[in-house]
Amino acid sequence: MTLAPETTAEPPAAAPGTELAEPPRSMLRRGWEVFSENKLALVAVGVLVLIIGFCFLGPLFYHSDTSVVDLSAVTKPPGAGHPLGTDNDGIDELGKMMVGGQTSLEIGLAAGSIAAIAGALYGAVSGFVGGWIDALMMRVIDSLMSFPLIFLLIYLSSVYGKSKGMLILEVGLTSWFGITRLVRGEALAIKVRDYVDASRMMGAGGTRIIFKHILPNTIGTTIVNTTFSIADAVFALSTLSYIGLGLQAPNNDLGGMLDVGTNYAGQGYWWMIYPPAVVIILIILSFNVIGDALRDAFESRLQKR
Amino acid sequence: MTAYLFRRLLQSVVTVFIVTIVSFGLMKLMPGGPVRAILGTHATPANIAHLTQQMGLDRPLYVQYWTWLDGLLHGNLGFDYIVQRPISDLLFNALGASAYIVGASLLLALLIAIPMGMIQATRRNSVLDHAFTVFSFVAYGIPTFFIGFLIQQWFEDDLQWVSVQNQVSTFGAALTHPEAVCLPVLTLTITTVAGYSRYMRSGVLDQITQEYVRTAKAKGASMRRTMYAHVLRNALIPMVTLIGLSLPILVGGSLIVEFVFNIQGIGLLTTRAALQNDYGITLAATLLTAVVTVIGSLVADVSYAVLDPRVRLT
Repeated sequence: MTLAPETTAEPPAAAPGTELAEPPRSMLRRGWEVFSENKLALVAVGVLVLIIGFCFLGPLFYHSDTSVVDLSAVTKPPGAGHPLGTDNDGIDELGKMMVGGQTSLEIGLAAGSIAAIAGALYGAVSGFVGGWIDALMMRVIDSLMSFPLIFLLIYLSSVYGKSKGMLILEVGLTSWFGITRLVRGEALAIKVRDYVDASRMMGAGGTRIIFKHILPNTIGTTIVNTTFSIADAVFALSTLSYIGLGLQAPNNDLGGMLDVGTNYAGQGYWWMIYPPAVVIILIILSFNVIGDALRDAFESRLQKR
Repeated sequence: MTAYLFRRLLQSVVTVFIVTIVSFGLMKLMPGGPVRAILGTHATPANIAHLTQQMGLDRPLYVQYWTWLDGLLHGNLGFDYIVQRPISDLLFNALGASAYIVGASLLLALLIAIPMGMIQATRRNSVLDHAFTVFSFVAYGIPTFFIGFLIQQWFEDDLQWVSVQNQVSTFGAALTHPEAVCLPVLTLTITTVAGYSRYMRSGVLDQITQEYVRTAKAKGASMRRTMYAHVLRNALIPMVTLIGLSLPILVGGSLIVEFVFNIQGIGLLTTRAALQNDYGITLAATLLTAVVTVIGSLVADVSYAVLDPRVRLT
């Protein structure tokens, strides 16, 4: 890689800002203007911030030991000392929910990020290379997408393990196919643009074009779909844990809490079921609403320029 | 049309071929390998070597793949050493119930989602539109197993409308005992409607702005005629593709409802096998469901071409 193309390519990228009559607004700024008009999305961001604060900062203020079994205080209803009651092991539900929520969010965010990186890279390469390699790479994606996700996850987690790290990998590596298709579609359109031709003429190789032009220009699609991937990852993980093939005790996530809680539905221990369920649902809903709003923001940004 | 069919068929064959390669790869990557899985942890090296040779696992990979694929094509999915029965027997016994749940939910979901999307699009921003939108978003955000749990609570435990006594595993049993499968079908229908109605709504909205709608109105066609004879028919076309695309999700959803409602379908079989570390069944079921979804989306795409002449001409 030489320095020359870079220095000649940079000035035009910065120039348009000075030509505009009104002060230039950055891409993020314009996106934010559209996003902030969407009240529902702002509520979703608020809810998500609250949940993240509850799970990660909550334990600093609310002290409870979620690792010690207390058989003298099992399945206590909400009351003094235990605002949300206790579970079948006598562990405080509120404290357990904070720790479980942390795990669900951590795995969801990490798996979603893996999906974003893998999906964007594969899609950009496939679209850029084109020809029969692209066709073959897309048939591979078709094949992977025809596996019902939950079957694949059940197989992977039962064979390769149910630790936090493995679950992140398993969920992440099975949820990038959708992103890849969209990024590849955009890559096909971007690679025939003039600036890509210009860059190629100046001696840029495939790697440089993919990283300098294609990936940055598909970042909107990637971000929007990462948001959906995170929601899907939290969804998939909670399902796995509910079935008993997610995190294993004493580690815990919200889906696992529901697995335990719903066994006690007959006894009417509602505090073991509904609080974690509401948190999972709010996490999934918020990410979906934010994803929708981001999609609008990135799309109408093009119109409002 | 023939050219399109041929190309689409070829594509499906390639897809199924890659599905088998992925499945074979997953099988080969299993830690410890199948021999250890069968013989357990106390096997002697001599026993391991013997069984390895007997099962042909010492031969080159492509030979193994070919033998395995040949078996698959003859309906041989392997032998389950834990239950001591051929895996194909186990799977085909359970396939009926799952097929019934997926089929019935798909049909019901379409019957509900299509009018729902139509109403939403024609009365855009009305109270009804907003109510349906909220329903779709919330139903989409609730994990399927939890919707199933809630339905089970209300209908079985609180209202006692349905008492499930029969164990259903075949398609015929599901037909003759609808009470045993109605709640799982209801659960899967709710989650499916949530996604489908959104598509239908935007599909109809796309069509309403088209020129032909204005032409139809200008010719004096009534609102009703414009909607049913023109808009609806055109808006249904993308739904056919959606069915093909959503099949893996439906089949996955069936696994979840089978688990929640204890239906002896392929999903419950898979889950139980995985919980007992019986990987053979899990992998075979994963492979089988993938092949079924490829065939399903092929059927959907072909119907799409039949419905929409623009597709088959390109």
